[in-house]
Amino acid sequence: MSVISSVLLLAQEPPAPPKVEAPPLDAVWPILIVLGAACVGVLFEAFLPRHQRWPFQVVLTLLALAGAGVLLATYISDAPAAGELAMYGTLAVDRPALFLWGTLLALSLGAVLMIADRSVEPGGAFVASAAIRPGTVQDRAQVAATGMQTEVFPLTLFALGGMMIFCAANDLLTMFIALEVLSLPLYLMCGLARRRRLLSQEAAVKYFLLGAFASAFFLYGIALLYGYSGSVQLADIAASAGGSDRSDTLLFAGMGLLVVGLLFKASVGPFHTWTPDVYQGAPTPVTAFMAACTKVAAFGGILRVLQVAFESTNWEWRGVLWGVAIVSMVIGAILGLTQTDVKRMIAYSSVAHAGFLLVGSIALTDKGLSGTLFYLLAYGFTTLATFGVISLVRDSSGEATHLSQWAGLAKRSPLVAGVFTFLLLALAGIPLTSGFVGKFVVFEAAIADGMAPLVVVALVASAVAAFFYLRVIVLMYFSEPAAEGPTVTVPGAFTTAAITLGVLVTLLLGIAPAFALDWAAGGVFAIR
Amino acid sequence: MSTSGSWLLAALALLPLVGAAVVVALRGNDRTAKLAALGFSVVEFVLALVAWASFEPGGARLQQAFSFDWIPAFGVHISFGVDGIALVMIAVIALLVPLVIGAGWAEKLPEGRTAGGFFGLILLEQALTVGVFAATDVFLFYVLFEIMLIPMYFLIGSYGGARRQYAAVKFFLYSFLGGLIMLASVIGCYVMAGDELGQGTFDWATLVRVVSDAPLSTQIWLFLGFFIAFAVKAPLVPLHTWLPDATAEAPIGVAVLLVGILDKVGTFGFLRYLLPMFPAASAELAPLVLVLAVAGVVYGSLLATGQTDMKRFIAYVSIAHFGFIALGIFAFSSQAMTGSVTYMVNHSIATGMLILVVGMVIARGGSTRIADYGGMAKLTPLLAGVLLIAGLSTLSLPGTNSFVSEFLVLIGSFPNAPVFTAIATVGMVFAALYVLWLYQRVMQGPLRGSALVDSSGGGAGVDTARGGPGAARAAVLDPEVGAKKGIFDLNGREKAVLAPLLLLIVGLGVYPKPVLDTVAPTVDATMCEARLVDPVQPVQSAERQLQCP
Repeated sequence: MSVISSVLLLAQEPPAPPKVEAPPLDAVWPILIVLGAACVGVLFEAFLPRHQRWPFQVVLTLLALAGAGVLLATYISDAPAAGELAMYGTLAVDRPALFLWGTLLALSLGAVLMIADRSVEPGGAFVASAAIRPGTVQDRAQVAATGMQTEVFPLTLFALGGMMIFCAANDLLTMFIALEVLSLPLYLMCGLARRRRLLSQEAAVKYFLLGAFASAFFLYGIALLYGYSGSVQLADIAASAGGSDRSDTLLFAGMGLLVVGLLFKASVGPFHTWTPDVYQGAPTPVTAFMAACTKVAAFGGILRVLQVAFESTNWEWRGVLWGVAIVSMVIGAILGLTQTDVKRMIAYSSVAHAGFLLVGSIALTDKGLSGTLFYLLAYGFTTLATFGVISLVRDSSGEATHLSQWAGLAKRSPLVAGVFTFLLLALAGIPLTSGFVGKFVVFEAAIADGMAPLVVVALVASAVAAFFYLRVIVLMYFSEPAAEGPTVTVPGAFTTAAITLGVLVTLLLGIAPAFALDWAAGGVFAIR
Repeated sequence: MSTSGSWLLAALALLPLVGAAVVVALRGNDRTAKLAALGFSVVEFVLALVAWASFEPGGARLQQAFSFDWIPAFGVHISFGVDGIALVMIAVIALLVPLVIGAGWAEKLPEGRTAGGFFGLILLEQALTVGVFAATDVFLFYVLFEIMLIPMYFLIGSYGGARRQYAAVKFFLYSFLGGLIMLASVIGCYVMAGDELGQGTFDWATLVRVVSDAPLSTQIWLFLGFFIAFAVKAPLVPLHTWLPDATAEAPIGVAVLLVGILDKVGTFGFLRYLLPMFPAASAELAPLVLVLAVAGVVYGSLLATGQTDMKRFIAYVSIAHFGFIALGIFAFSSQAMTGSVTYMVNHSIATGMLILVVGMVIARGGSTRIADYGGMAKLTPLLAGVLLIAGLSTLSLPGTNSFVSEFLVLIGSFPNAPVFTAIATVGMVFAALYVLWLYQRVMQGPLRGSALVDSSGGGAGVDTARGGPGAARAAVLDPEVGAKKGIFDLNGREKAVLAPLLLLIVGLGVYPKPVLDTVAPTVDATMCEARLVDPVQPVQSAERQLQCP
């Protein structure tokens, strides 16, 4: 009886199998496209003959970026204003995330164009086989050849995919995985330079070792925060921090370690020590990619972590980040003065800029968020074009990055000198460039949030930093050219396009920033 | 917003910009480029006269207003408008630029530089400075305030003397640092307006209303931000050290623009921004400013006396004069303030002429050292005459334009700041000393100095030439001998350049009314905005009484 009834019951109402809905993918298509294209790129490397790889990879990468951009644009047009969670709540696709994705895609487009260029350096800036020891017979043979390591394209796409996930990660574990996905390709890409290979490999090892340390800090921080709140979700951490009388030790120890990991990636002083070496050693297109995109991704993560998870406890930690911001600005501005290498100088400038960005990030208001987002957009394009120009000034041994070699450049190539001057003025924050508007919105948010003294420090640091930008302008315009000076390579279409993109955006955001400011202010983080 | 005359200021700001582009495009041919530059600057001057003619003294606070949205998200507008002070300064710019172009016509440019580039930068600088004086949006003012450094930086750095790199960078960094500190205050005002009105604004008139009611402590911080920027520009001791270097290294025409126009932005800023926006802080900190002003008068006078280089001499003279201007502004009486505003105009005219004349001396002798000259009047009597007139105007001889303003400053300052005024008066005595001594050393006495006399027999010219009266050559007495050495008296172009300034020096000295009438209502308005009342004057003019609405 009971058996029969239960059988009947079963027959009537079969127990519903746990219903697994496919996650809605609309929001994450851009990421899927980028990562998918990266996988296809790996297959290209495996199956295509060597001479066909470059064109296939370039087309694939550019198509992937364009496709992701188009999908992003179509998604934005009817995206929910408050944002939505995707992939079972691991990604928060909200307005800031979308803005950062757009920024990352556009910046990567410029970087990929520079990576793909084979006319500035015959054969491209990348060595054909990085595994050959520098200085050996085989190495000399491959310097003469014009082959190029085309793995750099899928690596770029993987890094980009990681960055996009990183800015949208809604829990700390996703964020950690994204961090590794974005970092590992970058470590490799740093070591691929065709010229000065020892410097390049040294940079890669340094970046890897320090990066691994930072990742460990980050992971340890996650562990402590999990211990505190019992969850790795940002919103859960915020909830437990907001309404509990537990000891805060775990919370702040965990947060400290987590933030150190993030600040390292963003090259905020005093966690910047890798920056000058890596910027100098890496192939210049990769430096451009790192300087522009990593900064965007890292500050995207910092903004989200600070605003979503730790906003309620900001009284406790804000003072510390004040100090960090000041240290970063001062280190960047003062050590930048002593540099004799253009790439190292821009590296220190990026440390100073990271300090300015941190000022905006710790203004925990909507204006702080939108200001920092705008600053990232502006800074990214300026830096991209800056490194583009640096890659053009060369002598027989490769890029002429020593400052003394830039003397009198304006006499020989007025256009390049003019463009570089404009970019330096933008980095210095002179009005009518995007750099000024960026500084303005960030500082405005900071003053409105009661951080006037910090802003004064930042302004003084800007003035100090202006000195080393000016020094380059003085060298280019007012000094006599060096006798054995470098020549300026006529860039191919790719690099020209990248530099033009960067310069135009820098100018446009300086003169008519209204539309970009509106986008950046389009919405806030989704907290769920 | 727009009124009938609104296009005028936009045209005044845009015309030199277009001119700069045209001139740079024509740089292939020096002569065409120069003619185009001159043409544009003359048309600009005519436009400025039209603007003056259509200005109604005593009319609206800001006339010829013009505005359109620039960055709506931050309430930033491109808006222009002039009061009497801005108007006369724009007129001075429009007057000086054609003269500077004329004076630089035969300038020997460094190798590889074209006249088109030089004059293009000058016109660009003109456009930006007109914009700075005309801007009525504080954000726009700040933007132009910073950008105007860039053409000047290249003018000094590309076309200047031997230490031009150092001078250009020093100039830029001083001003840029000052500007950035001002930016903090600008943002502070904006945020304050946002708290007060619900939405931030940069409109000058609105900011004056909002910020002037702020508590004293807030005002002091905001005041200091603006003040440092303006004190660097003006320049007040101890923020002046960039000026002697910049003036000494800049080409002559550029030095005129630097001292005659750019520096006036500082004192203009005192009047337009500091007093109306921060009345309480201005009153509180006035003694500090007065100390700096009087220190500038004394220090500038002393150092001018001791200079051995003619261009540095002018820089220190200017520092002394800027001390007078600041004294008049912060003595808080409408008489002194009127004096300061006219001083701004007259200083541009008198010192502008002095620089141009000194430039002509240097162009002949090829040296900027005073000791390299002597007895030059014998070769170039006309040049000596104009140097004397420019010098007399600089030392404020009655009958010249500067006398009127210096007198107004001193008499107007006395009731409120008797001690400071008394000390500043010493500056007048020094002025007579340094100007006449310069004239005496360069022009009077027997012909001497390595720039004028080469030791025809021996090789070591410098030593014999500086050997005092013994080295004097009594035989060389007439212009023909000078002509043999290539030292001529004023040519037609130089006469044409100096004539307008000469006329103005005498004209405004005898009949200063046009300038006084134009600026007086604006000065009164500034006094009212700064919530000041006139002290009881020892010499009270019956027709002028400060009356606030």
